[in-house]
Amino acid sequence: MREKDIQYLDKEQLYELQLSRFKRTIERLFTSSPFYSKLWKKSGISPDKIKSLQDIRRFPFTSREDLRRNFPFGLLTLPLEKVVRVHTSTGTTGKPKAIFFSKRDINEAARLIARSMKMTGAKRGDVFQNMMSYGLFTGGLIFHYGAERLGVLVIPAGAGNTERQIELMQDFKTTIVHITPSYALYLADVLEERGVDPKNDLDLRIFYLGAEPYSEETRDKIEKIYGVDAFNSYGLSEMNGPGVAFECKRKDGMHVWEDNFILEIIDPLTGENLPDGEEGELVLSTINREAMPIIRYRTGDITYVYPEKCRCGRTHRRISRIKGRVDDMFIIRGVNVFPSEVERIIMNFPEVARNYQIILERESSLEVMRVKVEIKKRFFDGSIEHLRSLQERIKNKIKSELMVTPKVELIEPGTLPRTTGKSRRVIDNRKL
Amino acid sequence: MPIKQISVFLENKIGRLAEITSLLEKENINIRALAIADTTEFGILRMIVDKPEQAVKVLKDNGFAAKDTEVIVVKVPDRPGGLAKILKMLKESSLNVEYLYAFVKQSGEDALVVFRIDNIKEAINRFNQTGVETLKAEQIYKL
Repeated sequence: MREKDIQYLDKEQLYELQLSRFKRTIERLFTSSPFYSKLWKKSGISPDKIKSLQDIRRFPFTSREDLRRNFPFGLLTLPLEKVVRVHTSTGTTGKPKAIFFSKRDINEAARLIARSMKMTGAKRGDVFQNMMSYGLFTGGLIFHYGAERLGVLVIPAGAGNTERQIELMQDFKTTIVHITPSYALYLADVLEERGVDPKNDLDLRIFYLGAEPYSEETRDKIEKIYGVDAFNSYGLSEMNGPGVAFECKRKDGMHVWEDNFILEIIDPLTGENLPDGEEGELVLSTINREAMPIIRYRTGDITYVYPEKCRCGRTHRRISRIKGRVDDMFIIRGVNVFPSEVERIIMNFPEVARNYQIILERESSLEVMRVKVEIKKRFFDGSIEHLRSLQERIKNKIKSELMVTPKVELIEPGTLPRTTGKSRRVIDNRKL
Repeated sequence: MPIKQISVFLENKIGRLAEITSLLEKENINIRALAIADTTEFGILRMIVDKPEQAVKVLKDNGFAAKDTEVIVVKVPDRPGGLAKILKMLKESSLNVEYLYAFVKQSGEDALVVFRIDNIKEAINRFNQTGVETLKAEQIYKL
């Protein structure tokens, strides 16, 4: 089937494609995966009972813990001579997970990246600078393969080394970058210091933002600073890495490539499936992977499915921007708070620079949320009243939207730690 | 005439002030007057220096949020009631003083006080009309 046709399949055809791929995956796993066959036999599931996609709900979830416990080879279903790559993911906590790829798996993962890039307007002749870390992290290499498959010129710059990134952008007239949002903001600071105007002195037109959660406001900021279209994408190593879901030109939700994945939203507490439109934990199953298929993987990411069809005409359903991780969410004075919500609120203040930090503490018996906010140099006019009023306005806004009164601290620009990868926004110093 | 004052945003962190003063020292910039306005979470350092443009540049180049603002430096007779008289006059003229602080050094018999006033032109006019002497930049730098 042609790439274009797959994206615009009508609902029934997409469903049939998913169902046949799902059945095939389950049959294969029963014979080739000791992990799954044992698990499913215990739950009384047999492959010939699958009649519809609904039947996936009878299968038990696969957790991160399952991947760790069976590290490294436990979920591999092919003999080693048919496996060509392994990526590991350390995540932010704990032991690593190993993800294996056959040659075909790499090709299929690259196909989804190429499809996604094309969907956003990338084409031959573009110069693509990949600022994601290469190596064990899937975000670098898998994207690289996809970009080559599409046929753009790829600069495998990797993460960090900002001076060199700038030189590369200038020398090769880079038009597209793949970058973490926090590094995009940091890079903007450095460009400003060097007197390079990202809008007029560079040739950038498309940004792919990924690998860490960020707000719509941060996207707006990045688009304005660089004068580009910034597209949100979603992926995780366990599901090939980048390119599981991608925004189209409408920038209104990310299309999950349902020819490769089955998508479910569940209530993270009860495990019950939720209807489209309701927010919950994203659960994904691979239905087009051979080395290491994973069924009903609990991603830990909080999102919802858009109930209506996208105006772009693609039938693959969309998920919303990831609101946070089930385990990122913190509870303060009984209120559930996602760091991304705090970010969205403070980024709405033009006086606020690009970095912030949330610190949770206990003062005597009371829990306190301190929000450290960097102010923009430009905004500083020497008036203490203006600073106090900014502090007050941020405090009130957070209070009215999140029902938690924070302590807002204004700090000097450039003093919070910056990272080139995933940044640590929340520090929990509360002791029980 | 208006004089350039430099304001620097300061987190209340030990060492930031030392950093600023040693930066200025390296550039051979002399501080003529200074004051710190602070709240519990942050402060603002205000200074009159002999090379204000250079000072702002070196501070900004080193990552500080620094800004120059205009103030008036006034000779105040160094005796009881000297400042009171001037403040009374400003009040009667409906000129609002945002803040003020004193110089370290005197000028002869007089104390030197830095005034930050919203309507700086009008304030200078009033000072001139009422015989209160304001200092020119060159005079301050030569102190």
